[in-house]
Amino acid sequence: MSQGVFVIFDQNQGQVRHVVLEVLTMARQLELGSVTTLTFGANASQTLKVLGEYGADQAIFWDQEPFTRYSSDGFADAIAHVVPHVNPAVILFPASAWGKDLSPRVADLIGAGLATDCLSLRVSTDNRVTAVRPIYAGKALAEVAIETPVQMFSIRPNIHKAIPDPKTPTVLDLAPVVSPDSFQSVVTERKEAQTGVQELTEADIIVSGGRGMKAPENFKLLDELATVLGAAVGSSRPVADEGWVPHSYHIGQTGKVVSPTVYFAVGISGAIQHLAGISGSKYIVAINNDAEAPIFKVANYGIVGDLFQVLPLLTEEIRALKANN
Amino acid sequence: MKVLVMVKQVPDTATNIQIRSDGQGIIEDGIKWVINPYDEFAIEEALRIREKLGGEIVVIALGPKRVDEAIRQALAMGADRAVVVESSETLDLAQVAHALARVAQNEGFDLILTGKQAVDDDSAQIGPMVAARLSLPQVSIVIHLDIDVEHKRLRAERELEGATEIVELPYPAVLTAQRGLNEPRYPTLPNIMKAKKKEVKRVSFESLGIDTLPRIRLIQLTPPSERPEPTILTADPVETVKTLVELLHEQAKVI
Repeated sequence: MSQGVFVIFDQNQGQVRHVVLEVLTMARQLELGSVTTLTFGANASQTLKVLGEYGADQAIFWDQEPFTRYSSDGFADAIAHVVPHVNPAVILFPASAWGKDLSPRVADLIGAGLATDCLSLRVSTDNRVTAVRPIYAGKALAEVAIETPVQMFSIRPNIHKAIPDPKTPTVLDLAPVVSPDSFQSVVTERKEAQTGVQELTEADIIVSGGRGMKAPENFKLLDELATVLGAAVGSSRPVADEGWVPHSYHIGQTGKVVSPTVYFAVGISGAIQHLAGISGSKYIVAINNDAEAPIFKVANYGIVGDLFQVLPLLTEEIRALKANN
Repeated sequence: MKVLVMVKQVPDTATNIQIRSDGQGIIEDGIKWVINPYDEFAIEEALRIREKLGGEIVVIALGPKRVDEAIRQALAMGADRAVVVESSETLDLAQVAHALARVAQNEGFDLILTGKQAVDDDSAQIGPMVAARLSLPQVSIVIHLDIDVEHKRLRAERELEGATEIVELPYPAVLTAQRGLNEPRYPTLPNIMKAKKKEVKRVSFESLGIDTLPRIRLIQLTPPSERPEPTILTADPVETVKTLVELLHEQAKVI
């Protein structure tokens, strides 16, 4: 009888993304048995400390060649070979770019069902897991169950709290099987974006601008507000399409779907596809000179006014607040 | 270079989604159906590959009768011909992936392109599952692609969180397209006319002999939770900003 939860994730220089801690917390809270982790690459074993802090029972590290460079086919084949040995009821991946690339490939190799980008998991009476995942970028939610013996889920970042529960994990020595014809696609280079740029899908606060910003150079007003807030900067689709900001800024149904604690929509009217992409935000603050703009219907707080007056004042007010605390 | 492009027809992103009373689907009346936006990047990339290297582009789609419209648009953009897998049933992701893989196998190809995800179910699974099914290497979320015909190798740049990575691989392979890969063209009127004469081959899902069982079961669809009544401030900027910061600090406690 398969049991327990198998958590599979990547690491970079011994560091894991915050979503991994969120996934470990979820894995534990399912209470379906032991939590076994698998991670890859040079320095993989340096993650042992944080894995213990977040309650992993057992850890597998594949830090040897050829696992030092990501290969979707190579990693997927090796994972498919190790799954019967771990024999889990549930496999969890972070729904990061890495997890989204790898998990469907693993799912098909082992013939398991996978629900991607899940917001929450729940154990039903028969010890099976159901998941809630957004569809149409959050315009609707789908509750789904997996019909195969092994149930796979990838978990959206920034939704679930990461809660420590210290344990001392056992390091399992499960050697990987490497098929000679795998590792066909190999990552040969990683290019970091400029330092200090936060990933929108993981940001706690986002300051986002639309056509109301009037010109690309005015985004510096948003940068200044973002700096005092420690926020990431995003945009609506039209301004990314215009080239005012890079495509990576674009938030909406065909861009990033975000779930920050606070989302500042500045000069964004609120097209349906944009509202879908921000519907997971806890608080939405809208600043717009058009009182009829749809963005005000989804906002918790709104200022109807000229953003060129409001933004500098807001930046100063928050700077003052931070200085006094 | 023979390129297969897998496209899905989805509701336009400006659609308000309404859930059926049985919770098992959405109300399709009045929906404007379009090619999945990410699949348009895949089509455009195929067109650019053909412009550079020659060859053929075959569009593959699966779905009910209405997908013809998406196919015609892909052909009007410049694809050479199409294969439609006809199915009016709601199929499981794995069944779809395996059917598409079977069609690809029957066609033969150098490259398979599709979007990084469809903006209806947002699953982002079909590309990697087709690759797994065909035992081919894959790169997902591609924003740049170079092809080395002499060595039959690809060099693709893919987007990560706050970074990108370069992936090198041989082809045949499966790639999924991300915004930024290119700027899809609009069909011209002469090309729309030409598209009407292009070959569209129809096969039924049943005829493909896919015995994959459904792996995911939909329990129900629900609307997202309603957002609370907004507090809208309209006084002079100095006052409203002060009030907003107070609300965020003391009521919401988020800054």
